[in-house]
Amino acid sequence: MMLGDTIFDVYWFQTVIKVLVVALLIPTTALILGIVFLFKVMSWMQSRLGPQEAGPKGLLQLLADGAKFLQKEDLTPMSADVRVFRMAPIVVLMSTFLLFVIIPASPNLVVENLPNGVFFAFAVSSLSVIGVLMAGWASANKYALLGGIRAAGQLIAYELPMVLAVVGVVIQAGTLSMNGIVVAQAGFHIGPIPVPYIVTQFPMFLVFLAATQAELTQAPFDMPVAESELVAGYQVEYSGFRFLFFFMAEFATAFAFAAIAATLFLGGYYVPGLDINSGIYWVLGPIVLFTKIMLVSFLIFWFRFTYPRFREDQLQRFAWKWLIPISLVWISVTALFKVWVA
Amino acid sequence: MAAPTVPESKQLQYISQQAADSRVNVEFETEDGMTLNIGPQHPATHGTLRIITRLDGEQVISCEPVPGYMHRGYEKLTEVRTYPQVTTLINRIDWLGSFANEVPFILAAEKLMEIEAPPRARYIRTILFELSRMANIVLFLGDLGAQLGGVTAVFYAFRDREFVLNQIEAVTGGRFHPNFDRIGGLKDDLPKGWIAETKKCMTRVHDFCDELEDLLIGNEIFQARTRGIGVIPANVGLSYGLSGANIRGSGVDWDIRRDHCPPGLVYDKADWKVCTHPDGDSFSRSWVRLQEVRESAKIVDQLLDSVPSGPVMAKVPRIIKVPEGEAYVATENPLGQMGYYVISKGDLVPFRVKIRSASFNNVSIVPWVTRGVFVPDVITILASLYFILGDIDR
Amino acid sequence: MNQLSSADTEAPPADQQAEAPRDERREALISLFSAEIGDAVVGTHIRAGDDLWIRITREAWLETARFAQQRLRMDFFDFLSGIDWRPSPYGRDMDSQEDIVVHGTEPKEPPAMATGYAGGDTRFQVFARVFSTASHEGVTLKADLPDDDLSIDSWVPVYAGANWHERECHEMYGFTFNGHPYPVNLYLPGDFEGFPLRKDFPLLARRVKPWPGIVDVEPMPGSDDDEGAEGGDS
Repeated sequence: MMLGDTIFDVYWFQTVIKVLVVALLIPTTALILGIVFLFKVMSWMQSRLGPQEAGPKGLLQLLADGAKFLQKEDLTPMSADVRVFRMAPIVVLMSTFLLFVIIPASPNLVVENLPNGVFFAFAVSSLSVIGVLMAGWASANKYALLGGIRAAGQLIAYELPMVLAVVGVVIQAGTLSMNGIVVAQAGFHIGPIPVPYIVTQFPMFLVFLAATQAELTQAPFDMPVAESELVAGYQVEYSGFRFLFFFMAEFATAFAFAAIAATLFLGGYYVPGLDINSGIYWVLGPIVLFTKIMLVSFLIFWFRFTYPRFREDQLQRFAWKWLIPISLVWISVTALFKVWVA
Repeated sequence: MAAPTVPESKQLQYISQQAADSRVNVEFETEDGMTLNIGPQHPATHGTLRIITRLDGEQVISCEPVPGYMHRGYEKLTEVRTYPQVTTLINRIDWLGSFANEVPFILAAEKLMEIEAPPRARYIRTILFELSRMANIVLFLGDLGAQLGGVTAVFYAFRDREFVLNQIEAVTGGRFHPNFDRIGGLKDDLPKGWIAETKKCMTRVHDFCDELEDLLIGNEIFQARTRGIGVIPANVGLSYGLSGANIRGSGVDWDIRRDHCPPGLVYDKADWKVCTHPDGDSFSRSWVRLQEVRESAKIVDQLLDSVPSGPVMAKVPRIIKVPEGEAYVATENPLGQMGYYVISKGDLVPFRVKIRSASFNNVSIVPWVTRGVFVPDVITILASLYFILGDIDR
Repeated sequence: MNQLSSADTEAPPADQQAEAPRDERREALISLFSAEIGDAVVGTHIRAGDDLWIRITREAWLETARFAQQRLRMDFFDFLSGIDWRPSPYGRDMDSQEDIVVHGTEPKEPPAMATGYAGGDTRFQVFARVFSTASHEGVTLKADLPDDDLSIDSWVPVYAGANWHERECHEMYGFTFNGHPYPVNLYLPGDFEGFPLRKDFPLLARRVKPWPGIVDVEPMPGSDDDEGAEGGDS
């Protein structure tokens, strides 16, 4: 008993557990489930045959894709900056996985309940820009360079609406902690009905989704990877498992942002009517959160498969002329209400 | 004395260093901009067209298409093939609307021989011509989506084009290269039940057009990407020899099918209209093409009702020797005007065949129309001009 | 104004003339051309109700294009290319039976050179077609090029679309287009030797492998048609 208590309290042991959770558990369970779900969504929306036909009910398409990438040769262009080239996908993937650190799956089931979790999320998500720029430059390819620079311009431009979109929620909840925001939402009522923040922050939710789409470099904001223009932008020289890293990072980031949106706007793991301190959240929390994540990522992928691509200048105009003014107005409204109610 | 040996790894390192320097430092930073080779292997080039662009940032300073990666020398090859054999070759010019390639050549030969196909053959010829137009332009509409980032459209296009191809295959036996048109008529008659099947297929084509109009043409982002991009005034377009939907998109009300249809096709038997759009930009070209598919389905629908009975082949000699003379026959092909200038010396083989393909002229305007646009607009313009590489290179 | 008949150096064959009705519209077009460029019109041919050929001197080539585009509203540039009227020295049909390289037979005397509609005096001709999208009338213009000077004015200042056609013609026939803005090869590699569409450029595929097509005229098994029998012996 003494031993057990000790080892679970030791800092390094907790760290190991947490690293395992971040690096193994999340990719293996959530990603696989999610990607299979999204593959199915994609195949129905686009009438693609692979995810409908490969294996029983088309479930093996993911396996086939993964095996395909692993079989391929790991090529490095002759004129590439080899070390930077090899490091870039890892930087991107790392930025993605760090995002999962602060997402609470139940009141206590969280890797690290940072008091300024929202701040942390945006800090680490901007790290991916560095990875993308590294990939774009180190490939020594003009398409990759154009893609990398487009990505940098786009990711930085869309940080702002994204942060502003969250400010409303933060003002309403009065905390930067992700768990704190869920708890605050659990106690939020309009009249007698408990509602998540999406009801009061609906414009912000839309702004957040649009900004997420841009952060993910997905259609309609996929200029950095635009297949038909820049072939695949900064990913053009990557093959094999390094490309798989980018591919995983794309889906995993979609997940992470969907999780953040689910937590901030949809109440995270909380189910209205159930006491927030109830022990059932150890089991129910992750399931509820996963469902909400799927809901949001379904939206994200729905947009992705419906819209054509913006042009770079149109993208900037959209950010500056629409998203940022809308979020600024809504921040003011939220702040006024907060002061007025208080 | 032996020269000092340099290990291979050192050599490779040196080479890669040189390559990196030359590519990154020199070409990226030349005074007159950066050279970007779009193609020959590029998703936007429908094959192997190479476009050398000089860029300032993302803005195009100059743009020069380099065709020829697929040049097969058809004009020379036709000189050593008998007239019936030529259709096999010219099937491969615009490979998405193959049957339409055969028709003008056959009509030119018929004109020189002064024979006419029987009425039933003329009707079926027209129907197949329009079916290949649909198969071609349906794919264009999907591909337009893919070029602009909406990949969904291309899957729908491939799905629905198959229905049209099935109908072509049912008659000719070939999905892509029917080789079905003969001097004096057609190889075979229609299979049983084909007319009813094709009528069903035409409603699918109409459905596809509606679906695509919702998904793509009516989309705000699509319109923002295409409106005002790549504007071609009518007089410039005509002097470059633009034809088909490209010139109707610039407001020129001219369609060979309606205005001077060569004998051998029966477009005057159907009630349809020619769609034009005054803007001359990428959007109008795409919009005109979408309407063309609808009109095309209407033509087929009407002609199916009135196909006369009778033989599908006129009486022609077994060995076809075309009398001496020259003839030029052009038809309104999916990509634009396609014509064959056939010079015969009374032999088994043509003396000279000049193939006037639509994409060749359509793409030659690219340097003019892409000056000063951005890289994404180059793709938009190329997609909306719509070329097939076989049609440029022949 | 010149009489129409004076511009007609080559009368159409008698049998065609007999059955072909007169085509007033195209005759009027010819007289318009004659009025503008005068003696430069050296030959014409009309297929009644269908098409028109006019042969002009090469000095008037650019001027005629300008006249056609700006005065006759022939705004649509259709195509431009060349013709080599010399009969092929490799046998009439380039068929393997008469192949001089593979079978070692003596080169036979090529048949006399004959030119097509609207006549011609030289081996090489440039021909181009322009079209009016308003009146739906087109004209095929031809110009002779003397063997010692295969050059002609470029049409690019008038019809911008002539650019690529002239480049193709340049590499395929070796013609020079004076005033062309970018006279480099379009299809062929820059160091390609020879002019592929000239009749004396051998098609090497036919030199190494007999043409299978020539035996294809035997009657099909089970065919009830005897018409092919007389030609099925080759």
